[in-house]
Amino acid sequence: MKHLLYVVMLGLALGLFAGQGIAQTAPQPAVAAQAATASQAPSAAQVQKLEKQIADAQSSGDNAWMLVCAALVLMMTGPGLALFYGGLVRKKNVLATMMQSFSMMALITVIWAVIGFSLCFSPGTSFIGGFQHLFLHGVGAAPDPTYAGTIPFGTFMVFQLMFAVITPALICGAFAERMKFSAMILFMVLWSFIVYDPMAHMVWGKGGFLNAALGGAFPTLDFAGGTVVHITSGVSALVCALYLGKRLGYPGEPMPPHSVVLSFIGACLLWVGWFGFNAGSALAANGLATSAFVATDFAAAAAAIGWAVAEWMRNGKPSVLGVISGAVAGLVAITPASGFVGPMSALLIGFVAGGFCYWMVSKVKSRFGYDDSLDAFGVHGAGGTIGAILTGVFATSTINPIFKDSQGNALPVGLIDGHPGQLLNQLVGVAIAWGLAIVGTLVILKVVDALVGLRVPEEHEIQGLDLALHGEEGYTFEA
Amino acid sequence: MEHVKSALHEIGVEGLTISEVRGHGRQKGHTEVYRGREYNVDLLPKIKIEMVLADRLVDSAVEAILRAARTGKIGDGKIFLYPVEEAIRIRNEERGEAAL
Repeated sequence: MKHLLYVVMLGLALGLFAGQGIAQTAPQPAVAAQAATASQAPSAAQVQKLEKQIADAQSSGDNAWMLVCAALVLMMTGPGLALFYGGLVRKKNVLATMMQSFSMMALITVIWAVIGFSLCFSPGTSFIGGFQHLFLHGVGAAPDPTYAGTIPFGTFMVFQLMFAVITPALICGAFAERMKFSAMILFMVLWSFIVYDPMAHMVWGKGGFLNAALGGAFPTLDFAGGTVVHITSGVSALVCALYLGKRLGYPGEPMPPHSVVLSFIGACLLWVGWFGFNAGSALAANGLATSAFVATDFAAAAAAIGWAVAEWMRNGKPSVLGVISGAVAGLVAITPASGFVGPMSALLIGFVAGGFCYWMVSKVKSRFGYDDSLDAFGVHGAGGTIGAILTGVFATSTINPIFKDSQGNALPVGLIDGHPGQLLNQLVGVAIAWGLAIVGTLVILKVVDALVGLRVPEEHEIQGLDLALHGEEGYTFEA
Repeated sequence: MEHVKSALHEIGVEGLTISEVRGHGRQKGHTEVYRGREYNVDLLPKIKIEMVLADRLVDSAVEAILRAARTGKIGDGKIFLYPVEEAIRIRNEERGEAAL
């Protein structure tokens, strides 16, 4: 009889809880009422046990979702970005380009485990974390409620790791086909400490200067990393492209992508993986994750159309490379906004980003003549900037009541809520991201150049980096 | 390509070597656009067929190719005739027409 009571009450409780979320199990109130009157009311210990089971069930759902999201974001780097970038370079450099992404998967993971996570997410100053979680001390199965109360802290850590992995990989698009491998490795190690960790801490860490969720001085709304990931990497990319100089033969010699097919596959993997990137930033399998998922998808679609329209008008034909680049631009722009804006705003943000990034990549780049080989700045730097600004316009408390007054009432978030001041906060965050990226990258480039030299010698650039740096050919195709 | 091959088989030509090449004569190329940058592609994909024939088959082979491959437009291609000094079968060292 007692067992039946537990099962019925657990089923009722789960049913009531699940009714708020996506899954639906049918509650059975009639049976429970009969059971409750038929025997004794549960004791405090039994209620506590049931409450723990409910919490465990919620945790189980959230944790499953978040682990899948971490996997999706890793997939964005490998093979998503590797394919996307790999297809855009000349055949003789395909492996070297993919190696850049893969080496980040290996290198950043180790640094993150030892010290990177701690510098981002342990308490420290407003600008950088401390050493509390060195060697992942204190990071295990128990949640850290400041960040995410229903998932193990270890899940949060490994999810965040994937962001730290993809960010430096994005920069590689700027210096593709001409950077020494050793120099790139050294650059990325320093960059992760000097640019990524401070930016991540400021926006997402406890006590961070720009942290909107935890009371930062200039709360910058950045749901999944528009400033932390895209602006820092995109602007760093521009600095690298300017510092390293153009590829031999650029812009006169034609250097079309050797395989738009590979880039296409990579872009589709990026789109799907981005659901983990944005919707996973809700840190739970809840309505906010749904909202971010939808916004992400809508922005990608609208941006692909935006780029296609711009290209169709300018060139008379929409290209495959264009629509996939457009989709990526939209995904970049919606990244900071994804958990703050509604679906219609997401469509608008995407469409604007598609057209804007097309303009950056086709007009602005050729006007200024910099060789940002794979458009890391044109898509990520520019897309991230416009996305961060539009977040300040379209963020609304109806999607995410992130600002609350002392009584816990929701305060206006963005411009459309009646809080235009948020735009100023967004600009502060954007400015800090730009500034940190520019200064940090310049310093690192100078140091690495002095230590090992940045560019490969001319003969290597002509021969191709696959052979020169890695002793391999991408395509042998011998019977 | 298929028309040319069947036309040649019909007149008794059995050995062919086919290569995929790039080239152009007076045919203009095309423009490709990647992320706003234009590339003029004037090396066009073509097929090159090489055959070694007995002298008595040359005229009918030329006739067969002209019939099968002509479309009347620029880009139809060309036939070049060269004298061949010797033909040798590697397997058994047969020479001359027996090696074809």
